[in-house]
Amino acid sequence: MGKLKLIIKREFLAKVKNKSFIILTLLSPLLMVGLFLLIIFLNEKNTEEIRNVAFVDESEQLSTVFLDTKGTKYVDLTALGLEVAKAKTKEFYYGLIYIPKNDSLINLSKGIAFYSEDTPSLSLLSDIESQLEKKIRNLKIEQLHIDIQKIKEAETDVEIVTENFSGEKSSKIGSYLRMFVGGGFGYLIFMFIIIYGTSVMRSVIEEKTSRIIEVIISSVKPFQLMLGKILGNALAGILQFIIWAISAGLILTAITYIFGIEAASSSTSIGQMNPEIVQQVQQTSASELQMVLQEIKSLPILTMFFSFIIYFLGGYLIYSSIYAAIGAAVDSETDTQQFMMPVLMPLVIAIYVGFSVIENPHGPIALGFSLFPLTSPIVMLMRIPFGVPWWQIITSMLLLIITFIAIVWFAAKIYRVGILMYGKKPSYKELYKWLKY
Amino acid sequence: MKNILTVDSVCKNYGNFTALNNVSISVPEGSVFGLLGPNGAGKTSLIRIINQITLPDSGSIFLDGEPLQPNHIQNIGYLPEERGLYKSMKVGEQVLYLAQLKGMSKSEAKKKLQYWFEKFEITDWWDKKIQELSKGMAQKVQFIVTVLHEPKLLIFDEPFSGFDPINANLIKDEILKLRDNGASIIFSTHRMESVEELCDHIALINKSNKILDGKLNDIKQEYRTNQFEVGLLSDHKEELFKEINSKFNVENPKSASFNNDLRLLISLKKGEKSTEMIQFLNNKAQITHFTEVIPSVNDIFLKSVANNG
Repeated sequence: MGKLKLIIKREFLAKVKNKSFIILTLLSPLLMVGLFLLIIFLNEKNTEEIRNVAFVDESEQLSTVFLDTKGTKYVDLTALGLEVAKAKTKEFYYGLIYIPKNDSLINLSKGIAFYSEDTPSLSLLSDIESQLEKKIRNLKIEQLHIDIQKIKEAETDVEIVTENFSGEKSSKIGSYLRMFVGGGFGYLIFMFIIIYGTSVMRSVIEEKTSRIIEVIISSVKPFQLMLGKILGNALAGILQFIIWAISAGLILTAITYIFGIEAASSSTSIGQMNPEIVQQVQQTSASELQMVLQEIKSLPILTMFFSFIIYFLGGYLIYSSIYAAIGAAVDSETDTQQFMMPVLMPLVIAIYVGFSVIENPHGPIALGFSLFPLTSPIVMLMRIPFGVPWWQIITSMLLLIITFIAIVWFAAKIYRVGILMYGKKPSYKELYKWLKY
Repeated sequence: MKNILTVDSVCKNYGNFTALNNVSISVPEGSVFGLLGPNGAGKTSLIRIINQITLPDSGSIFLDGEPLQPNHIQNIGYLPEERGLYKSMKVGEQVLYLAQLKGMSKSEAKKKLQYWFEKFEITDWWDKKIQELSKGMAQKVQFIVTVLHEPKLLIFDEPFSGFDPINANLIKDEILKLRDNGASIIFSTHRMESVEELCDHIALINKSNKILDGKLNDIKQEYRTNQFEVGLLSDHKEELFKEINSKFNVENPKSASFNNDLRLLISLKKGEKSTEMIQFLNNKAQITHFTEVIPSVNDIFLKSVANNG
């Protein structure tokens, strides 16, 4: 036991003292923030840009549609005629909307065109389209002598409240939240397994190529060394994640503090425009926030927490012992490729399946992959926020633990033989033979 | 005499390949034991079994009279043929770590390490990384790792490979000092001549079988050829040669050495005594050289391989 502790300590320190580890740990939060800020900045730049769009309305009925919005300004060039307007637009404006002369309302929607140098932004086009549709519809209603007010009264807004049989309410926001939490957990495990599994493998290869391995296993059992390596690396990884989580928390608070003020000020500017809308927005956002809080409360947090730990440990231990065995079987990292594919495959499949599982958390695919032990750590974690029957969780965990024991046993055998084998690139057949040594 | 290590009919197979076939050896306490044989004979397999790196398929091993068990590793020091240390770890930290894995306490290891560092005059290496050291320097560190926990049994696989002659001598002296202090030593090598003068017991292994073992002197006695190399100074070499040739079995005549004497290899038949030969030769010419040809371990190995088919 004391020796295992020594090995874990060494592996942990070797990893943590590594320059690239330190740089990665400290730099990635900054990088993330930088990227985040860049996106915000670019987004802002994008919306700040004002497009000047010209229009020629020969029908003389639709010009009232073109009211300036935040990103678009309209210029009426009807007086110039189409050809001149086109030439002008080419020089000065983003694009030109052309509405041909048309006496009947029925044909009004036909022949409307948009001229521009580049392909116009789709959102702008659909924006214009919907505005025109609305206007033409209103014109038609007027022509039919129907009271618009009455039509408005007849319109209803239906919102379905979903509720499960035990009476808990859920909502779309809830589903999104579950997707986010489940997906996040699954993805976290995926990343952790790949990054730290590879790190275990590298460390095994290093011991092999530096030939210290024989000195060490004349003092400790190969299994102890393998386990110590896996656990030491896991601890280093957990430390890294804790540092990231803390710095992410700090940075997020900092950001919300800075941008929160900005958001408030921008909402007052909206308020000046239309107090009614602001009230509405505030109401909905308040109730939405409440909803989110309620949804968070209604998540099976305890189950999620414990299952995260179990699936995290199980998944990491299974994969990292496979990685350790691969490291032991080869002489250098370039030789690992043929063995990496079958290891990465279930992980990648798990992520793909996981994201489709979020759409349909209780379908047969979801069930199958959340029971299969090589994908269950990722897929099951993505499902759990949606509520999974206990028998499924327990079956999946049992399968995971049995597989874990079996794989560690196999990996330890290959590891034990592999670390003392030099010079040949082993085939799968060779590995099978090693199991029998 | 007590045996520090007894290997009793050990077999080891890797798949269809037999690495050790019913091998037994005994290493007397306080001896220097040579485990000799060509590459691939099974020496390293045997050493790995003694170090409990691998388990034998059958057979048993006793260390100091007890069946081999996990806590015995602290009584064994092992210098593998393939030397290696963590490249990016500092020398001091690394030796302490490896010593602790052998069961030493940290403070004890530190004290002993200080002693060895001073002895080798390398105290300023403590904070250096292995990758900053030359190969020979790293070998010294590795030697310290092997002996630091003062094991009863020291196993050196190809002990002098990688050392320059000066350092090889230094290490050789240290090993003999350890022997004088009560440790038993096993040298494993395929370069038999390199350890011949150091060993008092040897075992020869070839193709996974032990073909010969025992006290080196006894073995040499057994394999002595009754051949003598003589040098004779005479003005009439050819006549002298003819005369000797008619009486003894003579091989390999040549004129050699600085005073141009006649060098002969004379084999005595059974019953003939060397004193009689000396008397005979002494009457004929001036004897400048007389030695019994003692077979080297290499010769013995080749001969015994031939004998064993």
